[in-house]
Amino acid sequence: MSLIFEKSIQGRGLTIFEACDVPIIELPVAQSRKIDLHLPELSENDISRHYTELEKKTHGVNDGFYPLGSCTMKYNPRINEEIAGLSGFTNIHPLQPEATVQGCLEVLKTAENCLCEITGMDAVSMQPAAGAHGEFAGLMLIKAYHENRGDLKRTKIIVPDSAHGTNPASATMAGFEVISITSLADGCVDLEKLKAVVGEDTAGLMLTNPNTVGLFDKNILEITKIVHQAGGLNYYDGANLNAIMGIVRPGDMGFDVIHVNLHKTFSTPHGGGGPGSGPVGCKSRLAAYLPGLMVTGEESFAFFKPEKTIGNMKNFYGNFLVVVKALTYMLTLGKSGIPEASRHAVLNANYMMAKLADCYDMAYEDHCMHEFVMSLSQLKKETGISAMDIAKGLLDNDIHPPTMYFPLIVEEALMVEPTETESKEVLDHAISILKRLLTQSHENAEALHQAPIKTAVRRLDELNAARNPKLRYLF
Amino acid sequence: MGNYIPVTENEKKEMLRAIGIDSIDTLFGQIPEEMIIKDGLNLPEGMSETQIHKKMTAMAEKNQVFKSLFRGAGAYQHYIPSIVKSITGKEAFLTAYTPYQAEVSQGILQTIFEYQTMMCELTGLDDSNASVYDGATAAAEAIAMCKMRKKNKALVSATVNPGVIDTIKTYCHGNGMEVVVIPEKNGETDIEWMEKQLDDGVACLYLQQPNYFGIIEAAEEIGQRVHAANGKLIMGVNPIAMAVLKTPAECQADIAVGEGQPLGMPLGFGGPFLGFMTCKADMTRKLPGRIVGETTDLEGKQAFVLTLQAREQHIRREKASSNICSNQALCAMTAAVYLSAVGPKGLKEVAKQSMSKAVYLKTRLAEIGYDTVYDKPFFNEFVTEDKGKAEEIMGVLTENGILGGLPLTGEHTGQILWCCTEVNSKDEIDALIQILKEV
Repeated sequence: MSLIFEKSIQGRGLTIFEACDVPIIELPVAQSRKIDLHLPELSENDISRHYTELEKKTHGVNDGFYPLGSCTMKYNPRINEEIAGLSGFTNIHPLQPEATVQGCLEVLKTAENCLCEITGMDAVSMQPAAGAHGEFAGLMLIKAYHENRGDLKRTKIIVPDSAHGTNPASATMAGFEVISITSLADGCVDLEKLKAVVGEDTAGLMLTNPNTVGLFDKNILEITKIVHQAGGLNYYDGANLNAIMGIVRPGDMGFDVIHVNLHKTFSTPHGGGGPGSGPVGCKSRLAAYLPGLMVTGEESFAFFKPEKTIGNMKNFYGNFLVVVKALTYMLTLGKSGIPEASRHAVLNANYMMAKLADCYDMAYEDHCMHEFVMSLSQLKKETGISAMDIAKGLLDNDIHPPTMYFPLIVEEALMVEPTETESKEVLDHAISILKRLLTQSHENAEALHQAPIKTAVRRLDELNAARNPKLRYLF
Repeated sequence: MGNYIPVTENEKKEMLRAIGIDSIDTLFGQIPEEMIIKDGLNLPEGMSETQIHKKMTAMAEKNQVFKSLFRGAGAYQHYIPSIVKSITGKEAFLTAYTPYQAEVSQGILQTIFEYQTMMCELTGLDDSNASVYDGATAAAEAIAMCKMRKKNKALVSATVNPGVIDTIKTYCHGNGMEVVVIPEKNGETDIEWMEKQLDDGVACLYLQQPNYFGIIEAAEEIGQRVHAANGKLIMGVNPIAMAVLKTPAECQADIAVGEGQPLGMPLGFGGPFLGFMTCKADMTRKLPGRIVGETTDLEGKQAFVLTLQAREQHIRREKASSNICSNQALCAMTAAVYLSAVGPKGLKEVAKQSMSKAVYLKTRLAEIGYDTVYDKPFFNEFVTEDKGKAEEIMGVLTENGILGGLPLTGEHTGQILWCCTEVNSKDEIDALIQILKEV
């Protein structure tokens, strides 16, 4: 379809602004823009149709099953959107006097209290804008902690090779050297390897539990103890928190710092890539280093700056309206609803896994937590059908594929996370489609190599996109 | 109470049977018993939709929504056309993930491609990324783009928004870059002082245009001097001002960034906002975050895809240009729809009205003794003396539903930073002056 610029007709436009009621001022010529400014000139109807057409070429959670592992694509309740759209939240300037933003401060404090309770941390800052941003903040806390104790040798962060790519990247941004350790086949930490690398230079360990293979690392207390005994801190990547809410807390596993993804675990929409929200939490001994402004109070609230803060992670107080949505969700579910969500997330994943285990190879055979990983390497050897092919086959069946080729430790991986908001019939349908694709792999592999055929476009030439980058429309 | 779980008790039993177990508890058997939370979470029980609606509405009502605002300082109230909210509320756009599966994400990808084009147009530079978290993180990421083995120093003008400077310092403490803040002289960057800092170790200079005090900086001259020392010029710009103000491209900037919030995003107590980043073509491969490119599918049909991913964390891990793995896609779309709705003429209108109304307010304030501190060209913000009455006047204005300018702190205590946009009418400004006269 045409780009919005190609639809532009000179002279067309909307009537939005009233005439200026004060004398018009022009900038001095020396400071004025001289180059052309190409922006679309369209009617409101043109704009509306353009984006309506684009929406039809977009698969959202409301369009169908979205079992994208590690991303927790649960349903995004609409009440959250309505609440975050209230004028009393949207029309509030971030620099209003404290007495006029008591409701906003109450949102931040209440959300902090809920997250502390769920994660077992003592304080949480809402400032980080996404998971990776929260990781970076958390690592800066670890850095500040060691620096303030004069322990300047601690320059290394240990990251298992099963970890999300953001973990090592965040550690580098925070100025650490990354020590990668190989995991066991089930994605769990190899205790001997861990013992071998910890030492006086260990700043910390980054871990997600359940791990990226979908298993709870039962040695977790021993793992965190090994790091603590070496003088390091333990960082919890909250990507997989949806498996354990209200059942077990990262704080009780020996973690000192965490981030959570409000856009995964706490039902706020992903917006096609953002805005998310990645609050960073910690135990009390690290609370003085938290970023941004924190809120104190029970009935009347006030901002305060943590004594030894690492500083701002961004301007203002985080993606506030996203926090409003997550708080609405947490209060809706409450004491019983929160663990129930995790229990059903785990039930749904195990149901799918059990129904698929007779025909797909699982990376690990035991019960999983909220997601499981299939390895298609055997299938590929036998039929030439890869994880990519199965994924593309799913697209023709209106199912968003699982996460592909992750974790890196599993060959031809497909990582499936159904979430708790999917019904049994949706899971059954997806199971039957996955089985049918498997049959097709053996009977008509070529057709699968061609998939998808029903989508807006077919498989793309990604190589050309990177070799000859065309990143904008040229007028 | 409230939950979004569709599986019924009967279905649950059936599913457990299929798994071969009796209870969901069995699935948590891997977790050491001593860690399991015994008495449940110490949180209130859940709520129905009507209850949560009341509770959250009551929280929102504890905030004061001002009927007129004269405060900016990094967050600006502009009119948001109705079409903007209607489009960004579309469910597929709202609920989709990052467009990894390009075949079913052409909608999102095309909107980002169009957004990238618009950001290049606004700033005049060659390439744009798909956006980052906000203007402050865009500034910090831009500085990191300039880091080289022997160039490790970032100069940052003291006339930059303090929240942005603070963010830059946090990022640079992480990546090991040295930050040197260039003092301000009469509301502008002290160019002479800056000149003395320019040595081989300078990677870049970060300048805000218009600056925190609203003043239009001598960006071109500053850029020339930085370039002469082989440093890069990064400009943090107000996107609305770009309709009328000399662009980063015309000032020879290497990178332009900024806070995109004025392009259709509500104040929202500070977020979510939008960090835009554009650069000259020679720096494109150093851009952090997502970038959308045009390509074709196997039938030769035009298509869009996330590209240049070799820079990114999921490929490069610890060697990535940044850890960012998302963008503010919905906010980027908001900006694109806003710019399409107002068009080139409308954007100029917003810029001119904002500027003209600020000049009118400045003149009226001067009439009643609130003298302007710097007599220099400005965009839509300016600083006046507070006549020792900042606290008092803000109190009276608040009672009248008006959010006055921002009382400044530190070296600028005793001054107020005022802001106007197209939203402020002459009547509003006159009413403000009338109230101030009586204080």
